[in-house]
Amino acid sequence: MGTHAKAAKLASAFLVNLKGNEMKKVVAVLLISLLTACASQTKKSDAEVEDKSVGTKPATEAPRATTEAAPTLNPLTDPNNILSRRSVYFEFDSFVVKDEYKSLVGAHAGYLRSNPNARVLLQGNTDERGSREYNLALGQKRADAVRYAMTLSGAKESQIESVSLGEEKPRASGHDEASWAENRRVDIRYQGE
Amino acid sequence: MTGIIYVFPRIPLKAIPMQVRLCRFYSYAVVLFLWLAGANAYATLNIEIFGGGATQIPIAIVPFAAEEKLSQSITPVVAADLQRSGLFRLVDPAGLRPHEPVEVSYPDWVNRGAGALVIGSTTTLAGGQVAIRFQLLDVAKQEQLASYAETVPAEQLRAAAHRIADMIYEKLTGDVGVFSTRIAYVVKQGKKYSLQVADADGYNSQPVIEYTEPIISPSWSPDGTKLAYVSFENKKPVVYVQTLATRARKAVANFRGSNSAPAWSPDGSKLAVVLSLMGGSQIFLINADGGGLQRLSQSSGIDTEPSFSPDGRYIIFTSDRGGSPQIYRMPVAESASRSAERLTFEGSYNVSPRYSPDGKSFTFIHRGGGGFNVAIQDLATRQVHLLTDSRFDESPSFAPNGRIILYATEIKGRGILSAVSSDGRTRQQLSTQAGDMREPAWGPMRRPQN
Repeated sequence: MGTHAKAAKLASAFLVNLKGNEMKKVVAVLLISLLTACASQTKKSDAEVEDKSVGTKPATEAPRATTEAAPTLNPLTDPNNILSRRSVYFEFDSFVVKDEYKSLVGAHAGYLRSNPNARVLLQGNTDERGSREYNLALGQKRADAVRYAMTLSGAKESQIESVSLGEEKPRASGHDEASWAENRRVDIRYQGE
Repeated sequence: MTGIIYVFPRIPLKAIPMQVRLCRFYSYAVVLFLWLAGANAYATLNIEIFGGGATQIPIAIVPFAAEEKLSQSITPVVAADLQRSGLFRLVDPAGLRPHEPVEVSYPDWVNRGAGALVIGSTTTLAGGQVAIRFQLLDVAKQEQLASYAETVPAEQLRAAAHRIADMIYEKLTGDVGVFSTRIAYVVKQGKKYSLQVADADGYNSQPVIEYTEPIISPSWSPDGTKLAYVSFENKKPVVYVQTLATRARKAVANFRGSNSAPAWSPDGSKLAVVLSLMGGSQIFLINADGGGLQRLSQSSGIDTEPSFSPDGRYIIFTSDRGGSPQIYRMPVAESASRSAERLTFEGSYNVSPRYSPDGKSFTFIHRGGGGFNVAIQDLATRQVHLLTDSRFDESPSFAPNGRIILYATEIKGRGILSAVSSDGRTRQQLSTQAGDMREPAWGPMRRPQN
């Protein structure tokens, strides 16, 4: 950390003397190099922590450590892993899982298949237009559609619960097409998250 | 044919109201006749909102003597009630201020175009009670049609005004007035959801229950003593029945999955509810206390928003079994074949059906080119009439006399309640309070308290 702080100080002192395009370029280069440095640094240190914990933990706790999996390697939260994507979007008054989400749904099904103890909650949502009761049922149908797609890909029914929030819990609060599109959605939530 | 026709005002109860002097016994037949007579008037693409007065009853309402000194004036409430019905046109008294029949100069009112005249007075008594007197006068015949006097506490002045509006309405139209009834609706303010009951004009609101989770679909028991509704307080939709007087409540449908869309049977003994218990969203029947579960609808898709016919024999509901949400009708009786008949064919989105009190038509939300609008469909002719031209209407419900439809709509992103006369002639926004108003439901006629 000490080295980072020093680098940042040096960088800012250096930038004070630059202007315009020149500065933009330098900032970009600096940012990229800083970010990559940070990323590699984090990975490395976390890996060390992980190694340590596995190595030093008493045997009785070992199963817990393995089922929880390594935090950095947790595919569910790794932004580079498709499993970190958790929303399936729909057209107006539609519950059809679009082709572009098939790989996402398939990946989660695969995860459930290879982690039989994992449990997932599918929350169906709709945009605010039309009937609240129909939307409640439509949200259920969307969640059920994702559940069905997951079971076709090998997940077990018992691992998946599907519920509907209808139009009652909008993520986007606007009253325009962009907000509506954001709210026509099934969210995939793993137990314990 | 099921083509949609935009509403041209129905000819309301005849332009010469003073001749409508029928006892209640005959009034229904007359209303029906005029309704049918007016049916031929649909033929244009105009939407008349605050309609031209030729076929409305022109009525002048003179501010009652001394009412400006009261905490609540009477005549503005009466005028707003009558205007909201769509059957009346208010005539400006323009300076004339009679309070007794002897002070009335009839030719002046003829000149102003008034067919009926309302005059009256208020007197504040010792102890704060208010004595109210009023007379309804026939301008053409120069005679009294009705008179009434009552003494009320100051906090019941609005209620008294609604009773006066009911008397005027009934005398001049031969139909039953609904201005003394109540409505229920949900207000969302910040993160708080409040189920409220208010007078039919939106005033005098009282909270029934408040939560930080959504409340939807309030439904009045036929006797007006209870509300069924859906609360998400346990993180999923559960149907509750609450007695208004005692506030006692009970979860009557709390099965695995989702529980929603309660609708009372006309005798108040049963509730139709929508459950995801057996997959999909299907309509079930339960006893009003929660027992006796029985499946009603059978489809692989969505069946929801049940509404009983007034005779209790049928349920109309929303289903997507044909690929898009449409209105269907099915018999309730077990012996009958439960095959559902599709009722709506115009457009790809027809939802939220509610039977009219006479069982001859139903109101619903139709999605057309312009938005989501309140519509009414005649069950016999299948003729559809759009009543609104706003963008986002929801949850229509009939007044107990079938003359007005209450619904939720929005202005600048905020939910408000609005009323449209069922001939499409008049629309009026109800008094709004802070917050987002939605899910209105019009209550039944109030029974006499004896």
